[in-house]
Amino acid sequence: MSKKLSRRQFLTYTLGSTAGFLGAGMLFPMVRFAVDPALKKGEGGNFVDVNLPLSEVTDKPKSVQFKVHKKDGWYSFDEVLTAWVLRDKGKILALSPVCKHLGCTVSWESNPQFPNTFFCPCHFGRYTKDGTNVPGTPPAKPLDHYETKEANGKLLIGPLLKT
Amino acid sequence: MLRAIYDWVDERLDITPLWRDVADHEVPEHVNPAHHFSAFIYCFGGLTFFVVVIQILSGMFLAMYYVPDIINAHASVKFLQNEVAMGAIVRGMHHWGASVAIVMLFLHTLRVFFTGSYKHPREFNWIVGMLIFFVMLGLGFTGYLLPWDNKAYFATKVGVEIAASVPYLGPYIATFLQGGDIVGAQTIARFFALHVFFFPAALLGLLGAHFILIRRQGISGPL
Repeated sequence: MSKKLSRRQFLTYTLGSTAGFLGAGMLFPMVRFAVDPALKKGEGGNFVDVNLPLSEVTDKPKSVQFKVHKKDGWYSFDEVLTAWVLRDKGKILALSPVCKHLGCTVSWESNPQFPNTFFCPCHFGRYTKDGTNVPGTPPAKPLDHYETKEANGKLLIGPLLKT
Repeated sequence: MLRAIYDWVDERLDITPLWRDVADHEVPEHVNPAHHFSAFIYCFGGLTFFVVVIQILSGMFLAMYYVPDIINAHASVKFLQNEVAMGAIVRGMHHWGASVAIVMLFLHTLRVFFTGSYKHPREFNWIVGMLIFFVMLGLGFTGYLLPWDNKAYFATKVGVEIAASVPYLGPYIATFLQGGDIVGAQTIARFFALHVFFFPAALLGLLGAHFILIRRQGISGPL
């Protein structure tokens, strides 16, 4: 060290770091407490039997309602969700009805002007049958879809896969 | 770096004299524990303030999860204590800090009393200190109800009954405290408002007055 540390500087540093340590010890638990929601992992997705025989899943999208148990802090409730279920090239798809533009609700062929598409009434967003957004309409991404499983000839719907 | 930031601000706002007013003053020998260890009794006022700062901070953070409502209050406290990270610590700070604050406040009052520091010319600061004492008791009383468990409920019931025993005015005081004729939904709402808005505001004002007076009048002389 080229310059000697003065007594005053040493005391300043010691006092400053002690105060910093004590302050951090006090603030750390509180800040960790406050940011906890951002660090929590989401609930593991359970698969729900939506009471739909696989034989009723056709090429034509069908609106299926199902209940999932939702925990919001200290408040638990059953949330009713909707999925558009269809068979696309032999594969079962369960599409989320939430528009990827600004979160309105899309429906299959709800506008006679646009047959064979999912249509969002808010800003005329459109999606093809497999959920792909139609270029030139507001949404920039395809519809999210739910994981699906088949068991005993029935359809099970699981967690939402975000794109 | 820090020095440069400080100088930049100081050049424009001239904050050094301000800092000097707050922190740069002599500590008489008879109140400095480094000279006489027994002088630690002069620390209780500062310790009370330190605990009050902890109470305000931890209370602000608890309010991020707490809900003052008869249906959800207990559930939200249970959630923040058991399911949120460090919840038990943050709630613990507020819970134990409340008792420590009252104890420190009481020790500070005893020190002031037995050193005769309340005498001329400091009578007014004793009055302000007493007002702080009552505001702190108010904070304790109103905060006790907020977890909405059995202890909270019955402690408040007893407290309200005591208040109701005041001659003539008692029933009115009880109704005012309860916000109705039972300890219930309206009580928890107004106790919450008193606990987080009214009493802290009064406390900060009184503490400001307390500190201005002690700086103006100085610490009382040695025994």
